[in-house]
Amino acid sequence: MTTAAVVVRRRLLPSGGFARFVLRRLVALVFLSLGITFVAFVLTELVPSNAVATNLGEQAAGDPAAVAAFKHHYGLDKPFPVRYAIYLDHLVHGDLGQSTLTHGPVTHDLAQFIPATGELALYSILFASIVGIGFGVIAALRRNRPTDHVLRVASLAGISMPTFWIALVALYVGFFRLGWFPGAERLDPGTNPPPSITGMYTIDALLAGNWGLFVQALHHLILPALVLAAFNVSLLTRFTRSAVLEVIGNDYVRAARAKGLPERTVVLRYIVRGALPSVVTVLGLVFANVLTGAVLVEKIFSWPGIGQYAFQAAVNVDVPAIAGVSLFVAVVYITVNFVVDILYGLIDPRIRIT
Amino acid sequence: MSLLEVEGLRVRLPTTRGLVTVVDGVDYAVEHGEVFGVAGESGSGKTMSMLSLLGLLPDGAVVEGSVRFGEHDLLRMPRRRLREVAGRELAMVFQDPLTSLHPMLSIGRQLTEHVRLHLGLGRRDAERHALASLTDVRIPDPASALRAFPHQFSGGMRQRIAIAIALACRPKLLIADEPTTALDVTVQAGILRLLDRLRRENDLSVVLITHDLGVMSAIADRVSIFYAGKVVEAGSCEAVLSTPRHPYTRALLDALPHPEGLQDKPLVAIAGAPPSPGAIPSGCSFHPRCAYAQESCLHHVPPLVAMGDRLLACPIDPLVER
Repeated sequence: MTTAAVVVRRRLLPSGGFARFVLRRLVALVFLSLGITFVAFVLTELVPSNAVATNLGEQAAGDPAAVAAFKHHYGLDKPFPVRYAIYLDHLVHGDLGQSTLTHGPVTHDLAQFIPATGELALYSILFASIVGIGFGVIAALRRNRPTDHVLRVASLAGISMPTFWIALVALYVGFFRLGWFPGAERLDPGTNPPPSITGMYTIDALLAGNWGLFVQALHHLILPALVLAAFNVSLLTRFTRSAVLEVIGNDYVRAARAKGLPERTVVLRYIVRGALPSVVTVLGLVFANVLTGAVLVEKIFSWPGIGQYAFQAAVNVDVPAIAGVSLFVAVVYITVNFVVDILYGLIDPRIRIT
Repeated sequence: MSLLEVEGLRVRLPTTRGLVTVVDGVDYAVEHGEVFGVAGESGSGKTMSMLSLLGLLPDGAVVEGSVRFGEHDLLRMPRRRLREVAGRELAMVFQDPLTSLHPMLSIGRQLTEHVRLHLGLGRRDAERHALASLTDVRIPDPASALRAFPHQFSGGMRQRIAIAIALACRPKLLIADEPTTALDVTVQAGILRLLDRLRRENDLSVVLITHDLGVMSAIADRVSIFYAGKVVEAGSCEAVLSTPRHPYTRALLDALPHPEGLQDKPLVAIAGAPPSPGAIPSGCSFHPRCAYAQESCLHHVPPLVAMGDRLLACPIDPLVER
């Protein structure tokens, strides 16, 4: 009886430890999010602009009743801590203020623009991960042979060339010269987007069963997604290569070969698995790069996403919009970091213990 | 017929300075059920000569000679086939159990994958097989050990697990490369006893690579002493270690600490350093460090010839009791 109970408990322990591990990271996530709202709030406070004038416009700002109503709604007549509490209260209720540019609620703008960026990022990151990790593994396995040299030079070029330059060249060659790809927007002019479910046109088109629209949306995605991926492919190639090289000389790889496992199993299960923690770290960086790169790429490809929105907001000192975008980006960052932490735990059992 | 017969094995490895000879014409045979000891300093070619049997040398390595294992000619085999045959019938245990097990794969996975491949067992049968293997090497609570990961075990336990993995497919030959070097002395004895027991129970031959002659004398039946890629002395463990005749074997033994003989025998280090591959001295490669070296040692490579109860590569034979 007792031994059976001990065995059962031991079997449950790893997953129990893992649940605790996830829980601890989740608690940290809550505090991080709270800290980020604080920073976002302080930033809007520090911006040297007249919130009343920018939000209401010159004319309404002259109307004391309107100003008082505005100040009351956003609590601008109250001391700082109270204002922060009101900001949090609004935030919880999904109110990020009004954009001075679109004259709509920032949350509404975000909901409209985030899926466009999300779709671009999704394809870009998917492409970068598959190609970058694949190239890295191949380069490491063929180290100091021609394949490796070619990939090294290519990835060095990819890292050195600035994204805006690649974007311009891609636009010039792919759209203007060759005419292979559309140069702007998410769909051809005059095309109606698919009924919105996720806001990502390719997925919505598939959900609506509209194959032609899916192909068109994908066609529009290719060039900006590739440009956004270029830097990250190179980054992943280089990091994966060195991570794999670090693993490849390990005794456990030799032991796997001594066991007579087929080379494919040795590479995938032993070498790549061992290199995965470093690769996942870089994947977190890739998400960050894609978000920042989106501002440039969306501007150049007239992609109606969060990057363009952020750009417009910054140029026009649209403080609520800037704060809203910052909050969104920050939330993406900490979520990605959280996921990376969880992945570490899933990949490497040694991390669950700490 | 011997289980393993190695003749004229030469291994050359690619380096930045071109091919460098690390094993230079080595002959030996391993009989069924014996423990065959291979001793020598680091870099003497012990490990490389074994890795060549398994096809585990780095890319670009050149191997010459002949290696017969059972009915297989290991060096004339395509690499894929060699890996398959070697994986099933030859096994290897590495020096450091902290690095020879994959830290992210469960013990069960590492103990069953090759069993399923080579013996064609299903998942259930392979697990039952793995349980028996772990029990065989005296791992407590083998059922939960299957679900555990390497970092949850001590060094000694990990080496037992590595041995269980190596022996899971019931190989005929186990190559143990310094299996106790990374372990505490108290744990070492346990691992040696385990190897000895497994050999007797399973009709297993063991090649024990070590630089520790104490370990060697504990379980080896016959030994070969390697120096700079060559065998310098070979014979029964008893004969070679109790009455060494090659100056190098003598020097190795003198470098061993003797707890009983502390007063009358000072601890002697071997002068100089072992030659690095690619810069092997002319003639007898041990001559720069040899107390008995003569003019002829500088010019003539001494062949390994039968001298009484052993093979010896020293024509001067200064240590023989005449």
